[in-house]
Amino acid sequence: MAFEDRVSINRSGSKLPVLVHDSTGQEPVTVAAKRRGTLKPLDDPSAIVKDRSERMEKKKPKLPAVLDKVWKVPHPMDLLPSEEPIQLLTPDGELQENKDYPLDLSDEDFRSLYRYLILTRRIDKEGINLQRQGQLGIYTSCLGQEGAQVGSAYALGREDWIFPSYREHGVARVREVDPVRLFHHSRGTWISDHDPREWRFAPQTVPIATHLVHAAGLAMAAKFDGDPIVVIAYFGDGANSEGDAHEGMNFASIFGAPLIFFCQNNGWALSVPVERQISAPTIAHRGISYGMPGVRIDGNDVLASYAVTKKLVERARNGGGPALIEALTYRMEAHSTADDPTRYVPQEEHDQWASQDPISRFETFMKDRELLNSELVDGVEKEALEMSTRVRNELYDAPHGDPLEVFDHVYVDPPRHFERQREQLRGEIERLRATDGEED
Amino acid sequence: MPTFTMAEALNRALRDEMESDDRVVVFGEDVGVLGGVFRVTDGLQSKFGPERCFDTPLAESAIIGAAIGFALYDYRPVPEMQFDAFAYPAFEQIVSHMAKYHNRTRGAIRLPITVRVPYGGGIGSVELHCESPETYWVHTAGLKVVTPGTTEDAYRLLRQAIRSDDPVVFLEPKRRYWMREELEIPVSDHLPMDRALVRREGSDVTLLAYGPMVKTALEAAQVGLDMGWDIEVVDLRSLNPLDEDTILGSIQKTGRCVVVHEASMTLGMGAEISARITELAFYHLEAPVLRATGFDTPYPPAKLEDYWLPDVDRILDFVERASAY
Repeated sequence: MAFEDRVSINRSGSKLPVLVHDSTGQEPVTVAAKRRGTLKPLDDPSAIVKDRSERMEKKKPKLPAVLDKVWKVPHPMDLLPSEEPIQLLTPDGELQENKDYPLDLSDEDFRSLYRYLILTRRIDKEGINLQRQGQLGIYTSCLGQEGAQVGSAYALGREDWIFPSYREHGVARVREVDPVRLFHHSRGTWISDHDPREWRFAPQTVPIATHLVHAAGLAMAAKFDGDPIVVIAYFGDGANSEGDAHEGMNFASIFGAPLIFFCQNNGWALSVPVERQISAPTIAHRGISYGMPGVRIDGNDVLASYAVTKKLVERARNGGGPALIEALTYRMEAHSTADDPTRYVPQEEHDQWASQDPISRFETFMKDRELLNSELVDGVEKEALEMSTRVRNELYDAPHGDPLEVFDHVYVDPPRHFERQREQLRGEIERLRATDGEED
Repeated sequence: MPTFTMAEALNRALRDEMESDDRVVVFGEDVGVLGGVFRVTDGLQSKFGPERCFDTPLAESAIIGAAIGFALYDYRPVPEMQFDAFAYPAFEQIVSHMAKYHNRTRGAIRLPITVRVPYGGGIGSVELHCESPETYWVHTAGLKVVTPGTTEDAYRLLRQAIRSDDPVVFLEPKRRYWMREELEIPVSDHLPMDRALVRREGSDVTLLAYGPMVKTALEAAQVGLDMGWDIEVVDLRSLNPLDEDTILGSIQKTGRCVVVHEASMTLGMGAEISARITELAFYHLEAPVLRATGFDTPYPPAKLEDYWLPDVDRILDFVERASAY
């Protein structure tokens, strides 16, 4: 048996032909036919689809009302990603509109996107600098991923919830959470120093994919309350291997939760390339196994990121359920400041992606539209400088805080034996200070 | 006075709490239409609707993870882990998130979640249905861990756990689900969740027991009477925090103590309790604190469990050893 045939049978799970949408706009073709290279349309593909839908309709089980509301068999064609990633801005900065993902942005919005992109890059640079100077314990850069992050976050309303991983500095800029608060995480002052409810921005999550199930729960709760908010959860390519990614997607789809799974496929999960994490044709293809659309986008195209997220966010807001977006981008920096990517990233791959920079692409677009005047550029540059200076000033040599605070937030109602341990630490600190005093 | 089985009392507690607070939601595997494999959630879905009591996919990590999401959205979730060892896939969500969120966010976010877990052996079941994993939860800062030994306590403690603003692991002694006792509702609410209770006064030896072993310890005390020992039985009720005052009060009286639990001995509750008693009441002790527990082996096959589990004989053996000092 030829390799192609084996693959097609395995992936389809039966001898029924699997329909894929052909990007040329022709009739659907079978996967097997496509792989053989004979792009021959079926005689009547709609007959197969109809037959299948009817069968699935018959199988519909009797369920409690809450599930009955969301139980619907989606058309497989609506769930598969397109052949080519969705791209609205070519690498040359030329706008090619896509009727499926209309762009509803004004010039003012374009200026805002530009501002957020520049602020993100600036604060990201500051994060690396502060780490190099010993002010942050570690820093995880988002260099190269600004387009995916800013575009998707710009598609949200202020009331929508965000569940970030630990690299979403661009998302945080759009939500305008104070970077000082967020940097205290890697500074080691406290684990999370902003109020997640106030900002609707969950704590940055260190373990991989574990926040996807939190996002699913919150989205379910909002749906049960009839609250028209949408939740977005950010994760990376490596996170797809974690059980919680599966469980989160499964929960969200079973309950029709308004949740967007936004995967930034930046090519590397620390040192392991994406092809060692997943063997589906693309990450977006995983959507179909959860009955949710999987859409693949050019993640270095801020406008594609915006338009696709916007459409799926509104779909979710209107009861359409969850969706998976795979943003193809690249981690231009190390995994973290503790990492050495020269040991595993091929230089030529890095150089190729360097020419795909999301910000210069958008700048070209802005220039062509005559939106990038010196007033805007200088204004944003000034703001970026002021922001990073303020962040720097507030973090540099910031006090470490009170060691006794470690007892303060473990419980709302702390156990009584905490008092003994607190007293012990208090005594140790006092002796330490007395000794320091003697040495002075 | 009306009587309830422990399962019925737990069911009633869930129902009463859902009635008094519409933010309380119950979910897990088979808790909806079926009413739970032990029927503890029986009738809740038909009474409160499928958005307040619902079946989830078979995914323990997501059940706890979703509970965290519900709590972030200001609900008061009561997720169920179907069996003790079935909570292990949710270990990371419980230990790394549920227990730590309040601390992580500097007190900004409270997670008032009650994770119900049937635990312990003695029901002749298959592998991984009879575990006593309380040490894992007790060892985790940020969690409260309680376990009822009586039907009345099952009702009272569950309602208190649901109202707690801290996350609670609520361990239900599954071999006592069918134990029928008198229960007058409403119960007095004067007994806080973190208090131990002297179930039987005695002067010679203190038995410290909890959950499924409370009944066994009381039986041992009764038999011990014939052998000349006046045994005091303390029901811990709360495993974290421990009620040191009640424990030490009893030790000061008897000077001898045997901790009883189904869980394996090494680093079980007995280890912590023994250390605390030694630290806090050394001069009151007439004998070392002894432990009548399960062995440091995996839980045995059903036909062997009676040999493995602490019973009246094993407890009285240790009472005898403690008395010999």
